[in-house]
Amino acid sequence: MDHLDQLEAQSVYILREAYHSFSNLCMPWSMGKDSNVLIWLSKKAFCGKIPYPVLHIDTTYEFPEMLEFREWARKEYDLDLIVKINEDARAGRGTYTQSVGYETHDPVTVTHELKTVALQQVMAERKFDALITGIRRDEDPTRAKERYFSPRNAEFEWDYKDQPPEFWNQFTTAIEPGEHIRVQPLLDWAEVDIWRYIEREKIPIPTMYFARPGDDGKKYRFRSLGCWPITKPVESTASNISEIIAELLVTKTSERAGRAQDHHERNAMQKLRAKGFM
Amino acid sequence: MQTTLEPTKVPTSDISVPTSQKLRIVIVGHVDHGKSTLIGRLFHDTNSLPEGKVEQIRKASELEGMEFEFAFLLDALLEEQAQNITIDTTQLPFRTEKREYVIIDAPGHKEFLKNMVTGAASADAAILLIDANEGIQEQSKRHAYLLSLLGIRQIVVAVNKMDLVGYRQERFEKVRSDYTEFLGKLGIVPQHFVPISAKLGLNITKASPELEWHKGPAILEALEQFQISAPPDDLPLRFVLQDIYRFDERRILAGRIETGSLQVGQEIVFWPDGKSSRVKSIEEWNAPEPPTSALVGESVAITLEEQIFVERGDIGSAPDHGPAEGREIQASLFWLQNDPLPLNVPFTLKLGTQSVEARLVEITRVLDSSTLEPLAGNPGIIHKNEVADVRIRARKPIAFDRHDRISETGRFVIVTGKRIGGGGIIREADYQDEMRLAGAAENLTWTVSPVTRELRAENFGHRGAVLWLTGLSGSGKSTLATGLDYHLHRRGIFSYILDGDNLRHGLCANLGFSAEDRSENIRRAGETARLMAEAGLVVICSLISPFRADRENVRKICHRDGIPFGEVFINAPLDVCEARDPRGLYKRARAGEIKEFTGISSPYEAPLAPELELRTAEHTLENTLLDLTHFAVELSRIPEPQIAEELARGAGI
Ligand SMILES: Nc1nc2c(ncn2[C@@H]2O[C@H](COP(=O)(O)OP(=O)(O)OP(=O)(O)O)[C@@H](O)[C@H]2O)c(=O)[nH]1
Ligand SMILES: [Mg+2]
Repeated sequence: MDHLDQLEAQSVYILREAYHSFSNLCMPWSMGKDSNVLIWLSKKAFCGKIPYPVLHIDTTYEFPEMLEFREWARKEYDLDLIVKINEDARAGRGTYTQSVGYETHDPVTVTHELKTVALQQVMAERKFDALITGIRRDEDPTRAKERYFSPRNAEFEWDYKDQPPEFWNQFTTAIEPGEHIRVQPLLDWAEVDIWRYIEREKIPIPTMYFARPGDDGKKYRFRSLGCWPITKPVESTASNISEIIAELLVTKTSERAGRAQDHHERNAMQKLRAKGFM
Repeated sequence: MQTTLEPTKVPTSDISVPTSQKLRIVIVGHVDHGKSTLIGRLFHDTNSLPEGKVEQIRKASELEGMEFEFAFLLDALLEEQAQNITIDTTQLPFRTEKREYVIIDAPGHKEFLKNMVTGAASADAAILLIDANEGIQEQSKRHAYLLSLLGIRQIVVAVNKMDLVGYRQERFEKVRSDYTEFLGKLGIVPQHFVPISAKLGLNITKASPELEWHKGPAILEALEQFQISAPPDDLPLRFVLQDIYRFDERRILAGRIETGSLQVGQEIVFWPDGKSSRVKSIEEWNAPEPPTSALVGESVAITLEEQIFVERGDIGSAPDHGPAEGREIQASLFWLQNDPLPLNVPFTLKLGTQSVEARLVEITRVLDSSTLEPLAGNPGIIHKNEVADVRIRARKPIAFDRHDRISETGRFVIVTGKRIGGGGIIREADYQDEMRLAGAAENLTWTVSPVTRELRAENFGHRGAVLWLTGLSGSGKSTLATGLDYHLHRRGIFSYILDGDNLRHGLCANLGFSAEDRSENIRRAGETARLMAEAGLVVICSLISPFRADRENVRKICHRDGIPFGEVFINAPLDVCEARDPRGLYKRARAGEIKEFTGISSPYEAPLAPELELRTAEHTLENTLLDLTHFAVELSRIPEPQIAEELARGAGI
């Protein structure tokens, strides 16, 4: 087995453990590259049938291409798709006195309301006891401390100072009332592994990841996909996966550099993560 | 930026990038000896940090009024930076020209031992870091001991902070000889001892003039000499079963090949039951063609030729070289949780995908893991951060291996409440013995105390119960009864069949088939079943028992004495039973040769609220039997409060 085979085998093992351990499992899906790898691995783990619903938290600031991809993938993979929007926040009703959006608020607040709170709402409605997420250790130093199975309390908080031990492929699968577990099968994957795997398996992904000419004549691509007002493309000529991989092997800027929300304030990620953001 | 492309089309090219395996290295050692600093330094000096990272952290430290530390590159949490200690492990990818690494930074504070174990358990190799000035400290020893338990054999010792001891070789040699002696007791022989200064970057990526007397490699060179732990492909097959899927007509066994390999067509035996079948296929979604073999490490899905009863937790092997099985294991364990682990209190033991209730029946000795000296006296309890040799008894047989033989199935964790509290490795395994029964010490109490039903249940590992299979002749009672008897036997549950026809040869030989005689027949069968259940057996009664009132009577007899009773309605339509007619009885009854034949010339009163109904005409025998087995296992399970009570009583003896 090569490195990718090992990563795949471990992720499949984790997905199967998760499916066995939780009665009401759900897989958030952003349609980004990691998310699509998760779909693919789920197909492999369960011999073609994904036995849990897939959740898209729609911020209403989605790129149109992404929504197109969502519809295509829903049919292609026969997904049990849930689309969730925090309607109250967008409309400024209910507990909101004012409509929340990038036009009026800072990115950290918008991300919190339209993603984390939306997720909390759907968790409360559907009573999910575990979420399968696509986070990787190499994304950010705080994520480097994550576990495959990570408990979150009723407020969605991550108690990163007192995590249960995890070794020998034995995971925290029992939850206290109000808790849920984040299952993180891609933890060991690096960004370049994700690309190598997408290339090897020919996994369909949104085309925004590939370089296209911009208005100024230079070429750009998206390295990470978030809401359109805060996601900026990076200059790149990588128009296929091999070129992306080649580019990654020489760049040293971090993957989320294109996302405004991350460097809005010092340690923003840690704060967001502790509050329940994925 | 507005060009829209077909979302499904992924541009590809033919430059393929080779993928390589990563070597996982954990850095351990006493608090503040410089682990995080060393890693930060290593990343910095090999040019592995994202652009601007050091500047960013330098500025941030300035803003917070703290001096810049290389450790901040690793200590990602605000709390860690403020207190200058690592709380949880960090895993970071790292690349040299030679290969890729994952560097695992583990905390050195005693309080965070569970995080250290979490980080170290997956490593291929370790660097043990020692402060030249402070020398060997508590965690320098405890971490080394845990590395030996975790099975990590490739170790380099880095003697750090040489700048604080004037780069003196004598100081280095002193630490080296002291530590070599301690490690020797654990059977650890380090590849190298390397004098370094993590803070100043000496002997990290290349030899430094300040330490020119050191003839061995610098840290980076020592890392490059480590080997990736070879996957154990020369070991016998251990296929750990995770789940059984029935998403479509296939019955798929999902699991992982922990060791060995597996081929389509080979015989596979599932433990602890020992049932065997053949591998019919290896299922793989989106595969160009189905694979015919699978190798160590693969997560696979297989189907079997013959449908046998297997369940999550089972370990598959080749017919020879199977794992050991039994209810008792001898192990060394380390305890990480605040609440101590006492003798005789139930916990959950997880080994592979097996999960069983178990308890400590003996604590042979507890070691102070920082001195390796046994604690005086017989503690009867294991406290946080202690290491102990123990005997564990499970409620039902489990399959396992000796750790030094097959580590993947030779280690386990202990769960108390909802969290993993510690782990252990199995020291002994008897591969010949079929099943080891309760130890002699506990049997002694048999002769000195009245044997209550609870004590009997404790010995059997389950309680006595009556399963009452009722249904028409030919509905499948006897087939299911014998199948069930077999399954229970394989699982170590003591059972016996009371068959209506057999009883009529002896106990009920004087009875006929009048309504009155039928009632008496049932009453005698019921009383006999109750007695046998009282003795601790799971009694499988297989009788037509057509009358509701008679069956209710048996239920009452059992319940009056607190015996669990389950009425199982074996339901098949009359025409199906008549078509089956295994013994030609229906034909003879139709011909009038048999009088008062149930269903033909005598009524059958179907149960109104049976505990279980099995429709044998609609499902396969295999599936029906699975349902029945599960039902029987549940019915005979010792209820939780009883365990606690009985243990309290046991502890008082
Ligand atoms: N003089 C000197 N100081 C050092 C050296 N290496 C580390 N230090 C200092 O020792 C202190 C502790 O270093 P860390 O790297 O945080 O120690 P650690 O082993 O990671 O500690 P924990 O993770 O909390 O167990 C810091 O103030 C470092 O600057 C060295 O080679 N020389
Ligand atoms: Mg540290």
